[in-house]
Amino acid sequence: MSDNDQNPQPPANKDSMKNIIVVSLLVCLVCSIVVSSAAVILKPQRLANKELDRNKNILEAAGLYEKATATGDEDIPGLFENFEIRLVDLEEKRVLSVLEASDLGIDPTTYDQRKAAKNPALSKVLSSAEDIPSISRRARYSTIYILRDGQNVDKVVLPVHGYGLWSTLYGFIALDGDMSTVSGITFYEHGETAGLGGEVDNPSWKAVWAGKTMYEGGEVVLKVLKGAVNPNAAGVRYQVDGLSGATLTSRGIQNIVTYWMGDQGFGPILKEIQG
Amino acid sequence: MNPKEVLLNPLFNNNPIGLQMLGICSALAVTTKMSVALVMCIALTTVTAFSNLFISLIRNQIPSSVRIIVQMAIIASLVIVVDQVLGAVAYDISKQLSVFVGLIITNCIVMGRAEAFAMQNPPGLSFIDGIGNGLGYSVVLMIVATIREFFGSGSLFGIEVMPLVTNGGWYSSMGLMLLPPSAFFIIGLLIWVLREWKTDQVEEVEFEIGGHTALSRI
Repeated sequence: MSDNDQNPQPPANKDSMKNIIVVSLLVCLVCSIVVSSAAVILKPQRLANKELDRNKNILEAAGLYEKATATGDEDIPGLFENFEIRLVDLEEKRVLSVLEASDLGIDPTTYDQRKAAKNPALSKVLSSAEDIPSISRRARYSTIYILRDGQNVDKVVLPVHGYGLWSTLYGFIALDGDMSTVSGITFYEHGETAGLGGEVDNPSWKAVWAGKTMYEGGEVVLKVLKGAVNPNAAGVRYQVDGLSGATLTSRGIQNIVTYWMGDQGFGPILKEIQG
Repeated sequence: MNPKEVLLNPLFNNNPIGLQMLGICSALAVTTKMSVALVMCIALTTVTAFSNLFISLIRNQIPSSVRIIVQMAIIASLVIVVDQVLGAVAYDISKQLSVFVGLIITNCIVMGRAEAFAMQNPPGLSFIDGIGNGLGYSVVLMIVATIREFFGSGSLFGIEVMPLVTNGGWYSSMGLMLLPPSAFFIIGLLIWVLREWKTDQVEEVEFEIGGHTALSRI
Protein backbone atom coordinates (compact mmCIF):
# COMPACT_ATOMS: atom_id res chain seq x y z
CA MET A 1 0.00 0.00 0.00
CA SER A 2 1.39 3.36 -1.01
CA ASP A 3 1.66 6.12 1.53
CA ASN A 4 0.35 8.57 -1.00
CA ASP A 5 -3.12 7.03 -1.16
CA GLN A 6 -5.69 9.65 -0.43
CA ASN A 7 -7.87 7.34 1.61
CA PRO A 8 -5.65 4.52 2.81
CA GLN A 9 -7.35 1.57 4.42
CA PRO A 10 -5.76 0.97 7.81
CA PRO A 11 -4.48 -2.54 8.30
CA ALA A 12 -7.01 -4.66 10.08
CA ASN A 13 -4.65 -5.59 12.90
CA LYS A 14 -3.42 -2.00 13.51
CA ASP A 15 -4.75 -1.90 17.06
CA SER A 16 -3.94 -5.48 17.98
CA MET A 17 -1.71 -6.09 20.99
CA LYS A 18 0.97 -7.57 18.74
CA ASN A 19 1.06 -4.53 16.49
CA ILE A 20 1.22 -2.14 19.47
CA ILE A 21 4.27 -3.94 20.83
CA VAL A 22 5.98 -4.30 17.44
CA VAL A 23 5.47 -0.66 16.48
CA SER A 24 6.56 0.63 19.89
CA LEU A 25 9.68 -1.53 19.87
CA LEU A 26 10.63 -0.56 16.33
CA VAL A 27 10.09 3.16 16.97
CA CYS A 28 12.19 2.97 20.14
CA LEU A 29 14.93 1.03 18.39
CA VAL A 30 15.17 3.38 15.42
CA CYS A 31 15.01 6.48 17.64
CA SER A 32 17.69 5.22 20.00
CA ILE A 33 20.01 4.37 17.11
CA VAL A 34 19.54 7.84 15.63
CA VAL A 35 20.06 9.60 18.97
CA SER A 36 23.09 7.60 20.01
CA SER A 37 24.83 7.84 16.65
CA ALA A 38 24.30 11.61 16.63
CA ALA A 39 25.76 11.79 20.13
CA VAL A 40 28.79 9.68 19.25
CA ILE A 41 29.55 11.38 15.93
CA LEU A 42 29.28 14.90 17.31
CA LYS A 43 31.06 14.25 20.61
CA PRO A 44 34.60 15.33 19.58
CA GLN A 45 33.30 18.63 18.18
CA ARG A 46 31.22 19.28 21.30
CA LEU A 47 34.16 18.56 23.58
CA ALA A 48 36.42 20.86 21.58
CA ASN A 49 33.81 23.61 21.85
CA LYS A 50 33.55 23.05 25.58
CA GLU A 51 37.31 23.31 26.01
CA LEU A 52 37.41 26.50 23.96
CA ASP A 53 34.56 27.93 25.99
CA ARG A 54 36.33 27.07 29.25
CA ASN A 55 39.50 28.79 28.11
CA LYS A 56 37.48 31.76 26.97
CA ASN A 57 35.97 32.00 30.44
CA ILE A 58 39.40 31.95 32.04
CA LEU A 59 40.41 34.84 29.78
CA GLU A 60 37.16 36.63 30.52
CA ALA A 61 37.58 36.30 34.29
CA ALA A 62 41.04 37.81 33.96
CA GLY A 63 39.60 40.62 31.86
CA LEU A 64 41.65 39.67 28.79
CA TYR A 65 38.81 38.80 26.53
CA GLU A 66 36.45 41.59 25.67
CA LYS A 67 33.32 40.28 24.04
CA ALA A 68 32.64 43.57 22.30
CA THR A 69 36.03 43.92 20.67
CA ALA A 70 36.80 40.29 19.92
CA THR A 71 36.64 39.55 16.24
CA GLY A 72 36.36 35.85 16.73
CA ASP A 73 37.36 32.90 18.80
CA GLU A 74 40.56 32.39 16.81
CA ASP A 75 42.44 34.61 19.27
CA ILE A 76 41.64 32.44 22.27
CA PRO A 77 44.39 29.81 21.96
CA GLY A 78 46.98 32.55 21.41
CA LEU A 79 45.83 34.64 24.37
CA PHE A 80 45.58 31.55 26.51
CA GLU A 81 49.27 30.79 25.98
CA ASN A 82 50.14 33.79 28.16
CA PHE A 83 48.97 31.87 31.19
CA GLU A 84 51.27 29.79 33.30
CA ILE A 85 49.23 26.75 34.31
CA ARG A 86 50.30 25.29 37.66
CA LEU A 87 49.10 22.37 39.70
CA VAL A 88 48.26 23.04 43.34
CA ASP A 89 47.86 20.58 46.19
CA LEU A 90 44.82 21.53 48.24
CA GLU A 91 45.76 19.05 51.02
CA GLU A 92 49.28 20.35 51.59
CA LYS A 93 48.07 23.80 50.59
CA ARG A 94 50.89 24.70 48.25
CA VAL A 95 51.75 25.18 44.62
CA LEU A 96 53.50 22.16 43.15
CA SER A 97 56.58 22.65 41.02
CA VAL A 98 56.53 21.50 37.41
CA LEU A 99 58.76 18.58 38.43
CA GLU A 100 56.44 17.47 41.22
CA ALA A 101 53.48 17.58 38.88
CA SER A 102 55.22 15.39 36.35
CA ASP A 103 56.25 13.00 39.15
CA LEU A 104 52.57 12.65 39.95
CA GLY A 105 51.96 11.90 36.30
CA ILE A 106 49.59 14.85 35.96
CA ASP A 107 49.81 17.27 33.08
CA PRO A 108 48.24 20.53 34.31
CA THR A 109 47.09 21.47 30.79
CA THR A 110 44.94 18.38 30.43
CA TYR A 111 44.13 17.70 34.09
CA ASP A 112 40.41 17.10 34.61
CA GLN A 113 39.51 18.13 38.13
CA ARG A 114 35.95 16.96 37.79
CA LYS A 115 37.04 13.46 36.85
CA ALA A 116 39.58 13.45 39.67
CA ALA A 117 36.91 14.36 42.20
CA LYS A 118 35.22 11.04 41.43
CA ASN A 119 38.43 9.05 41.86
CA PRO A 120 38.91 7.98 45.53
CA ALA A 121 42.71 8.03 45.13
CA LEU A 122 42.72 11.63 43.97
CA SER A 123 39.98 13.12 46.11
CA LYS A 124 38.45 13.12 49.55
CA VAL A 125 34.97 13.13 50.97
CA LEU A 126 34.11 16.39 52.66
CA SER A 127 32.45 16.18 56.05
CA SER A 128 29.20 18.07 56.33
CA ALA A 129 30.90 20.76 58.41
CA GLU A 130 33.57 21.27 55.76
CA ASP A 131 31.28 20.97 52.79
CA ILE A 132 30.16 24.58 52.47
CA PRO A 133 29.54 24.53 48.69
CA SER A 134 27.72 21.13 48.78
CA ILE A 135 30.12 19.34 46.44
CA SER A 136 30.49 16.21 48.66
CA ARG A 137 33.88 15.19 47.14
CA ARG A 138 36.83 17.45 46.45
CA ALA A 139 39.77 16.63 44.23
CA ARG A 140 43.13 16.86 45.94
CA TYR A 141 44.77 18.69 43.07
CA SER A 142 43.55 21.69 41.21
CA THR A 143 44.98 23.86 38.48
CA ILE A 144 45.50 27.60 38.75
CA TYR A 145 46.23 30.01 35.94
CA ILE A 146 48.87 32.64 36.59
CA LEU A 147 49.44 35.66 34.41
CA ARG A 148 52.82 37.34 34.94
CA ASP A 149 53.92 40.84 34.18
CA GLY A 150 57.68 40.41 34.10
CA GLN A 151 58.57 38.87 37.46
CA ASN A 152 55.42 40.01 39.26
CA VAL A 153 52.19 38.12 39.32
CA ASP A 154 49.61 40.20 37.49
CA LYS A 155 46.57 37.99 37.82
CA VAL A 156 45.58 34.60 39.16
CA VAL A 157 42.55 32.71 37.87
CA LEU A 158 41.11 30.03 40.15
CA PRO A 159 38.61 27.34 39.16
CA VAL A 160 35.67 27.14 41.57
CA HIS A 161 32.47 25.19 41.77
CA GLY A 162 29.55 24.63 44.08
CA TYR A 163 25.86 24.01 44.25
CA GLY A 164 23.33 26.74 43.52
CA LEU A 165 19.63 25.96 43.46
CA TRP A 166 19.28 23.25 40.81
CA SER A 167 22.77 22.54 39.66
CA THR A 168 26.47 22.74 40.31
CA LEU A 169 27.90 25.97 38.99
CA TYR A 170 31.38 25.73 37.47
CA GLY A 171 33.33 28.91 37.03
CA PHE A 172 36.42 30.99 37.63
CA ILE A 173 37.34 33.77 40.00
CA ALA A 174 40.26 35.97 39.03
CA LEU A 175 42.24 38.09 41.48
CA ASP A 176 44.62 40.96 40.81
CA GLY A 177 48.31 40.93 41.71
CA ASP A 178 47.60 42.01 45.31
CA MET A 179 45.81 38.64 45.73
CA SER A 180 42.78 40.37 47.18
CA THR A 181 41.13 42.60 44.60
CA VAL A 182 38.65 40.71 42.44
CA SER A 183 39.42 41.01 38.76
CA GLY A 184 36.41 39.10 37.52
CA ILE A 185 34.11 36.12 37.85
CA THR A 186 32.54 33.89 35.24
CA PHE A 187 30.52 30.69 35.21
CA TYR A 188 30.89 28.46 32.20
CA GLU A 189 28.49 25.75 33.16
CA HIS A 190 25.35 25.75 35.25
CA GLY A 191 21.71 24.72 35.08
CA GLU A 192 20.06 27.53 36.99
CA THR A 193 16.72 28.99 35.87
CA ALA A 194 17.18 31.21 32.82
CA GLY A 195 16.33 34.80 33.70
CA LEU A 196 16.63 34.27 37.49
CA GLY A 197 19.61 32.25 38.69
CA GLY A 198 20.78 32.13 35.08
CA GLU A 199 21.56 35.83 35.43
CA VAL A 200 24.97 34.75 36.78
CA ASP A 201 25.86 35.08 33.09
CA ASN A 202 24.66 38.67 32.93
CA PRO A 203 27.65 40.85 31.96
CA SER A 204 26.48 43.81 34.04
CA TRP A 205 26.21 41.67 37.16
CA LYS A 206 29.64 40.16 36.53
CA ALA A 207 31.02 43.67 36.06
CA VAL A 208 29.93 44.53 39.62
CA TRP A 209 32.54 42.10 40.96
CA ALA A 210 35.56 43.81 39.44
CA GLY A 211 37.46 45.83 41.99
CA LYS A 212 35.79 44.34 45.07
CA THR A 213 37.96 43.36 48.02
CA MET A 214 38.21 39.65 48.80
CA TYR A 215 40.33 39.60 51.98
CA GLU A 216 40.73 41.83 54.98
CA GLY A 217 42.97 40.80 57.86
CA GLY A 218 43.42 37.39 56.26
CA GLU A 219 39.71 36.65 56.32
CA VAL A 220 37.35 36.33 53.36
CA VAL A 221 35.14 39.40 53.65
CA LEU A 222 33.40 39.43 50.28
CA LYS A 223 29.62 39.22 50.71
CA VAL A 224 26.89 38.57 48.19
CA LEU A 225 23.99 40.53 49.63
CA LYS A 226 20.30 39.88 49.29
CA GLY A 227 19.17 42.73 47.06
CA ALA A 228 21.24 45.66 45.86
CA VAL A 229 24.25 47.19 47.58
CA ASN A 230 23.67 50.57 49.14
CA PRO A 231 26.39 52.70 47.50
CA ASN A 232 26.75 54.78 50.68
CA ALA A 233 27.23 51.79 52.99
CA ALA A 234 30.55 51.40 54.75
CA GLY A 235 31.22 47.93 53.38
CA VAL A 236 30.52 48.75 49.75
CA ARG A 237 34.02 47.74 48.65
CA TYR A 238 33.43 44.11 49.58
CA GLN A 239 29.70 43.83 48.93
CA VAL A 240 28.15 42.47 45.74
CA ASP A 241 24.51 42.72 44.63
CA GLY A 242 22.51 39.54 45.03
CA LEU A 243 20.59 38.30 42.00
CA SER A 244 16.98 39.35 42.29
CA GLY A 245 14.60 36.41 42.26
CA ALA A 246 17.47 34.03 42.86
CA THR A 247 18.20 34.04 46.58
CA LEU A 248 19.37 30.43 46.65
CA THR A 249 21.68 30.82 43.66
CA SER A 250 23.16 33.94 45.27
CA ARG A 251 23.65 32.01 48.49
CA GLY A 252 25.33 29.24 46.51
CA ILE A 253 27.76 31.75 45.05
CA GLN A 254 28.47 33.10 48.52
CA ASN A 255 29.26 29.54 49.63
CA ILE A 256 31.54 29.06 46.64
CA VAL A 257 33.46 32.22 47.52
CA THR A 258 33.63 31.42 51.25
CA TYR A 259 34.88 27.91 50.65
CA TRP A 260 37.27 28.23 47.73
CA MET A 261 38.80 31.52 48.85
CA GLY A 262 39.04 30.36 52.48
CA ASP A 263 41.56 28.15 54.30
CA GLN A 264 40.06 24.95 52.87
CA GLY A 265 40.43 26.24 49.35
CA PHE A 266 42.95 28.52 47.70
CA GLY A 267 43.45 30.95 50.64
CA PRO A 268 46.83 29.63 51.84
CA ILE A 269 48.01 29.13 48.26
CA LEU A 270 47.34 32.75 47.40
CA LYS A 271 49.39 33.82 50.42
CA GLU A 272 52.23 31.63 49.18
CA ILE A 273 52.10 33.18 45.71
CA GLN A 274 52.11 36.64 47.18
CA GLY A 275 55.16 35.67 49.24
CA MET B 1 -5.31 20.61 -0.64
CA ASN B 2 -2.62 22.05 -2.82
CA PRO B 3 0.91 22.22 -1.44
CA LYS B 4 1.20 25.97 -1.94
CA GLU B 5 -1.77 26.61 0.32
CA VAL B 6 -0.41 24.19 2.90
CA LEU B 7 2.89 26.06 2.89
CA LEU B 8 1.60 29.62 2.87
CA ASN B 9 -1.61 29.43 4.88
CA PRO B 10 0.13 29.18 8.27
CA LEU B 11 2.02 32.42 7.57
CA PHE B 12 -0.95 34.73 8.05
CA ASN B 13 -4.28 32.96 7.45
CA ASN B 14 -3.76 30.22 10.02
CA ASN B 15 -0.75 31.37 12.00
CA PRO B 16 0.22 28.95 14.78
CA ILE B 17 0.81 31.78 17.26
CA GLY B 18 -1.68 34.32 15.92
CA LEU B 19 -4.69 32.09 15.40
CA GLN B 20 -3.96 28.63 16.80
CA MET B 21 -2.40 30.15 19.94
CA LEU B 22 0.33 27.50 20.03
CA GLY B 23 3.96 27.93 21.03
CA ILE B 24 3.59 31.23 22.83
CA CYS B 25 5.75 30.17 25.80
CA SER B 26 8.98 29.95 23.81
CA ALA B 27 8.06 33.11 21.89
CA LEU B 28 8.35 34.99 25.18
CA ALA B 29 11.64 33.44 26.19
CA VAL B 30 13.91 33.54 23.16
CA THR B 31 13.05 36.85 21.52
CA THR B 32 15.39 39.29 23.27
CA LYS B 33 17.99 38.88 20.51
CA MET B 34 17.35 38.35 16.83
CA SER B 35 20.24 35.93 16.30
CA VAL B 36 18.99 33.65 19.09
CA ALA B 37 15.42 33.87 17.83
CA LEU B 38 16.56 32.99 14.32
CA VAL B 39 18.35 29.86 15.47
CA MET B 40 15.29 28.89 17.50
CA CYS B 41 13.10 29.37 14.39
CA ILE B 42 15.38 27.19 12.27
CA ALA B 43 15.47 24.52 14.98
CA LEU B 44 11.73 24.49 15.43
CA THR B 45 10.99 24.49 11.68
CA THR B 46 13.37 21.58 11.18
CA VAL B 47 11.84 19.59 14.00
CA THR B 48 8.25 20.27 12.94
CA ALA B 49 8.92 19.41 9.30
CA PHE B 50 10.74 16.16 10.03
CA SER B 51 8.46 15.03 12.82
CA ASN B 52 5.51 15.55 10.47
CA LEU B 53 7.33 13.63 7.75
CA PHE B 54 8.25 10.63 9.88
CA ILE B 55 4.94 10.44 11.69
CA SER B 56 3.07 10.66 8.41
CA LEU B 57 5.24 7.89 6.94
CA ILE B 58 4.18 5.45 9.63
CA ARG B 59 0.73 6.90 10.31
CA ASN B 60 -1.03 3.77 9.01
CA GLN B 61 0.98 1.56 11.31
CA ILE B 62 0.70 3.65 14.50
CA PRO B 63 -1.84 1.99 16.82
CA SER B 64 -4.27 4.65 17.99
CA SER B 65 -3.94 3.68 21.64
CA VAL B 66 -0.23 4.58 21.79
CA ARG B 67 -0.10 7.22 19.05
CA ILE B 68 0.77 10.14 21.33
CA ILE B 69 3.67 8.20 22.86
CA VAL B 70 4.97 7.21 19.42
CA GLN B 71 4.76 10.83 18.29
CA MET B 72 6.58 12.00 21.42
CA ALA B 73 9.35 9.44 20.92
CA ILE B 74 9.94 10.66 17.37
CA ILE B 75 9.76 14.35 18.30
CA ALA B 76 12.03 13.90 21.31
CA SER B 77 14.66 12.06 19.24
CA LEU B 78 14.64 14.80 16.62
CA VAL B 79 15.00 17.49 19.28
CA ILE B 80 17.96 15.71 20.87
CA VAL B 81 19.65 15.44 17.48
CA VAL B 82 19.05 19.15 16.79
CA ASP B 83 20.39 20.01 20.25
CA GLN B 84 23.52 17.93 19.63
CA VAL B 85 24.09 19.52 16.23
CA LEU B 86 23.71 23.00 17.70
CA GLY B 87 26.19 22.15 20.45
CA ALA B 88 28.68 21.09 17.81
CA VAL B 89 28.30 23.92 15.30
CA ALA B 90 26.93 26.90 17.23
CA TYR B 91 28.08 26.44 20.81
CA ASP B 92 27.57 30.02 21.95
CA ILE B 93 24.02 30.23 20.70
CA SER B 94 23.18 26.78 22.00
CA LYS B 95 24.35 27.99 25.43
CA GLN B 96 22.12 31.05 25.18
CA LEU B 97 19.15 28.96 24.11
CA SER B 98 19.99 26.63 27.02
CA VAL B 99 16.88 24.71 27.94
CA PHE B 100 14.67 26.13 25.23
CA VAL B 101 15.94 23.83 22.49
CA GLY B 102 15.10 20.88 24.72
CA LEU B 103 11.72 22.42 25.38
CA ILE B 104 10.86 22.20 21.66
CA ILE B 105 9.74 18.70 22.69
CA THR B 106 6.87 20.25 24.60
CA ASN B 107 6.25 23.01 22.05
CA CYS B 108 2.58 22.76 21.23
CA ILE B 109 3.14 23.49 17.51
CA VAL B 110 5.13 20.29 16.89
CA MET B 111 2.72 18.06 18.77
CA GLY B 112 -0.32 19.91 17.44
CA ARG B 113 0.69 19.56 13.79
CA ALA B 114 1.63 15.89 14.24
CA GLU B 115 -1.74 15.09 15.74
CA ALA B 116 -3.88 17.40 13.58
CA PHE B 117 -2.19 17.07 10.19
CA ALA B 118 0.47 14.39 9.86
CA MET B 119 -1.79 11.62 11.18
CA GLN B 120 -4.25 12.19 8.32
CA ASN B 121 -2.11 13.33 5.39
CA PRO B 122 0.57 11.87 3.12
CA PRO B 123 4.25 12.47 3.98
CA GLY B 124 5.07 15.06 1.30
CA LEU B 125 2.21 17.31 2.24
CA SER B 126 2.88 16.82 5.96
CA PHE B 127 6.50 17.85 5.48
CA ILE B 128 5.35 21.02 3.71
CA ASP B 129 2.82 21.65 6.46
CA GLY B 130 5.61 21.37 9.04
CA ILE B 131 7.73 23.88 7.16
CA GLY B 132 4.75 26.19 6.73
CA ASN B 133 3.89 26.17 10.42
CA GLY B 134 7.54 26.57 11.35
CA LEU B 135 7.64 29.62 9.08
CA GLY B 136 4.43 30.96 10.60
CA TYR B 137 6.04 30.69 14.02
CA SER B 138 9.22 32.24 12.66
CA VAL B 139 7.42 35.27 11.19
CA VAL B 140 5.92 36.16 14.57
CA LEU B 141 9.12 35.37 16.46
CA MET B 142 11.29 37.48 14.18
CA ILE B 143 8.90 40.46 14.30
CA VAL B 144 8.83 40.28 18.10
CA ALA B 145 12.62 39.85 18.28
CA THR B 146 13.21 42.78 15.92
CA ILE B 147 11.06 45.10 18.04
CA ARG B 148 12.54 43.85 21.31
CA GLU B 149 16.17 44.01 20.24
CA PHE B 150 15.74 47.38 18.53
CA PHE B 151 14.09 49.11 21.48
CA GLY B 152 15.68 47.00 24.22
CA SER B 153 19.31 46.95 23.11
CA GLY B 154 19.35 49.53 20.31
CA SER B 155 20.73 46.97 17.89
CA LEU B 156 19.66 44.58 15.13
CA PHE B 157 21.35 41.16 14.87
CA GLY B 158 23.85 42.47 17.41
CA ILE B 159 24.87 45.39 15.19
CA GLU B 160 24.46 48.67 16.99
CA VAL B 161 21.87 50.92 15.40
CA MET B 162 21.14 53.31 18.24
CA PRO B 163 24.17 53.74 20.55
CA LEU B 164 23.17 53.10 24.16
CA VAL B 165 23.72 55.61 26.95
CA THR B 166 25.65 52.93 28.84
CA ASN B 167 28.10 52.76 25.91
CA GLY B 168 28.37 56.52 25.65
CA GLY B 169 25.57 57.01 23.11
CA TRP B 170 22.25 58.83 23.30
CA TYR B 171 19.65 56.05 23.46
CA SER B 172 18.51 54.93 26.87
CA SER B 173 17.13 51.44 26.46
CA MET B 174 13.57 50.39 27.26
CA GLY B 175 14.10 47.93 30.09
CA LEU B 176 10.65 46.41 29.59
CA MET B 177 11.66 45.21 26.12
CA LEU B 178 14.35 43.01 27.67
CA LEU B 179 11.83 41.28 29.92
CA PRO B 180 9.47 38.48 28.80
CA PRO B 181 6.20 40.41 29.43
CA SER B 182 7.00 42.79 26.57
CA ALA B 183 6.68 39.86 24.14
CA PHE B 184 3.18 39.32 25.49
CA PHE B 185 2.21 42.90 24.66
CA ILE B 186 3.82 42.75 21.21
CA ILE B 187 2.16 39.43 20.35
CA GLY B 188 -1.17 40.83 21.56
CA LEU B 189 -0.79 43.87 19.33
CA LEU B 190 0.29 41.68 16.39
CA ILE B 191 -2.83 39.55 16.77
CA TRP B 192 -4.93 42.72 16.85
CA VAL B 193 -3.32 44.02 13.63
CA LEU B 194 -3.67 40.58 12.00
CA ARG B 195 -7.37 40.43 12.81
CA GLU B 196 -8.01 43.96 11.60
CA TRP B 197 -6.47 42.84 8.29
CA LYS B 198 -8.01 39.37 8.10
CA THR B 199 -11.40 40.01 9.63
CA ASP B 200 -12.53 36.39 9.26
CA GLN B 201 -10.14 35.50 12.12
CA VAL B 202 -12.15 37.55 14.59
CA GLU B 203 -13.81 35.18 17.02
CA GLU B 204 -17.49 35.39 17.76
CA VAL B 205 -18.28 37.25 20.91
CA GLU B 206 -18.99 34.74 23.64
CA PHE B 207 -21.08 37.13 25.69
CA GLU B 208 -22.26 40.70 25.30
CA ILE B 209 -21.01 43.23 27.78
CA GLY B 210 -24.04 44.97 29.22
CA GLY B 211 -24.52 48.71 29.37
CA HIS B 212 -23.38 50.75 32.34
CA THR B 213 -25.22 49.99 35.52
CA ALA B 214 -25.61 52.64 38.16
CA LEU B 215 -23.93 51.62 41.41
CA SER B 216 -26.93 52.60 43.48
CA ARG B 217 -28.94 49.80 41.88
CA ILE B 218 -26.73 47.05 43.26
